[in-house]
Amino acid sequence: MAFLEGNALFRNLYCLLAGNSGNAQHCGRDGLLPAGWEWLAFALVGFAITFLLLSAFLLLTMFYTYLERRLLGRFQGRIGPNRAGPFGLLQPVADAIKLLTKESIVPQGADWLLYNLAPLMMVVVMFMVLAVIPFGKHTFIADLNVGVLFIIAVTSVNALAVFMAGIASGNRYALFGGMRAVAQLISYEVPMVLSIVGVLLLAGSLSLVEIVEAQVIPFFLLQPLGLFIFVVSASAEMNRPPFDQLEAESEIVAGYHTEYGGMKFGLFYLAEYAAVLTTSGVIATLFLDGWEGPLLPSHVWFLMKVFFLAFIFIWVRATLPRVRIDQTMAFAWKFLLPLGIINVFMTAAELLLFGHEEAGGQGIVLSTADLWLMSVVNFAVAVVGIGAFSRLVSLRTPALPVSAPKPSAAEVV
Amino acid sequence: MTAQDILFWALAGASVGSAVAVVTMKSIFRAAVMLAFSFLAVAGLFVLLNADFLAVVQVLIYVGAVSVLLVFASLLTRDAETGNTANRLRLPALLGSALLLAFLATVVLQTNWSLMEDTLSAESLARVQEVLSATPQWLAGLLLSEWVLPFEVASVLLLAAIVGALVLVRERQP
Repeated sequence: MAFLEGNALFRNLYCLLAGNSGNAQHCGRDGLLPAGWEWLAFALVGFAITFLLLSAFLLLTMFYTYLERRLLGRFQGRIGPNRAGPFGLLQPVADAIKLLTKESIVPQGADWLLYNLAPLMMVVVMFMVLAVIPFGKHTFIADLNVGVLFIIAVTSVNALAVFMAGIASGNRYALFGGMRAVAQLISYEVPMVLSIVGVLLLAGSLSLVEIVEAQVIPFFLLQPLGLFIFVVSASAEMNRPPFDQLEAESEIVAGYHTEYGGMKFGLFYLAEYAAVLTTSGVIATLFLDGWEGPLLPSHVWFLMKVFFLAFIFIWVRATLPRVRIDQTMAFAWKFLLPLGIINVFMTAAELLLFGHEEAGGQGIVLSTADLWLMSVVNFAVAVVGIGAFSRLVSLRTPALPVSAPKPSAAEVV
Repeated sequence: MTAQDILFWALAGASVGSAVAVVTMKSIFRAAVMLAFSFLAVAGLFVLLNADFLAVVQVLIYVGAVSVLLVFASLLTRDAETGNTANRLRLPALLGSALLLAFLATVVLQTNWSLMEDTLSAESLARVQEVLSATPQWLAGLLLSEWVLPFEVASVLLLAAIVGALVLVRERQP
């Protein structure tokens, strides 16, 4: 199991249990378990680490829901939750207790199997992304050599979960939410993947750890257009405002989770807020140099970057109004997709121009001076591209064809 | 019995079990979701075979796209919720699945199932390990050099599909 080797915590715990026997790891002493039981050590330690990570992440998500409500309050000139505990910090706990004590209802006409399965699927998908994100130096569950693809693949299951919830509820508004989900999530996946391609070209690897290590200067300087497209399409993917068509409360009640109550609704809520943190983690890894930073420990840097990005997501939510569903789709296909293609071509061309083969190693390297030059060029192209496309692309609805000619003023009179 | 064996039998059981559920379940939506689970279990089998790229692509395409498309299509189909509609296509369907079964059986029976360790020399085994350690890079290199023609043909096929869809939904000009 080579993909677990970089994980320091895992290695130490595994050594404690299995020792020198088993995998080719050099622990220097014998383990607690007898020889031949390495697989048990592997399973136990893997489970323990996953459990630790999930608990820590759930605590962070709890804090994030508090932060979002509090900051939204501030943005809207009110105070926000401040009653439960000091500064209202225990508000998420109170919410969770309230949701857990509610009755679990399956509405009549709903498919009970799919209805109960959908929230679970959504939460599991969100947690699976955590497996490949490096939270600090040598801190990750698995350094897959297809890490970025893994994230894209796992989050694409999200569309199925939302659609399942929409259909299984047996409610028209829920069904509308599900239909919109499929249209929107699949559309925004295209520009999102295109925006990552630029990063992959620069890093020359799909592994998230290697992408962080490849960032001589942070990739947001080299990929401003890619970062913009990724942030926009990621906020559409996790259906944050201004792209929350899936649950637009002024149009379709609550969308796909209209019929959900109690902790089943709580799971959707959890998945939605957890998605903000995981997406911020992915953006921090791909564009903001991951755990790297001066002076402070790597984990602190990573968390600071994640919460900075999460703050931006909250800020956007408090600032922008929701766009219509047709505008959302037009934005993905007419605005983000061409910009994404421009970004990929530009990055590839620059790599051809500036890059030179490293002696011995595989892949292309660039000198730091060239990287800064590239950064300036890419920023210029990003500004020009976004400006030009916002002029060119109209998001206005085309006028509906008039079937019968309007009566002229003379006829009316 | 190693941990790998346990995982293999669990995944194989899950994939076959959910495949049986696809056929037996009355509700077509449940059947589609079961199909997605079957795809997921097959992805797990790919991981056990060290084919992580294939596993991820399996999840991306089959679970994330094909299943959603199936559910979407069944939503737009009349009488889909009440199970199979009766029509005269049973015999052709039987013939088609029998042909597929015969094809798969031939492939399974004719394949040489011996382990790589037994048949390959030490140096070619080392080469295989080297390729397996970075599958995406090798696949990308092969797709853009040796197999570039099928790769481009596939993109032309996709373009044709897009144009076809546009032609179908385009508004008729009066």
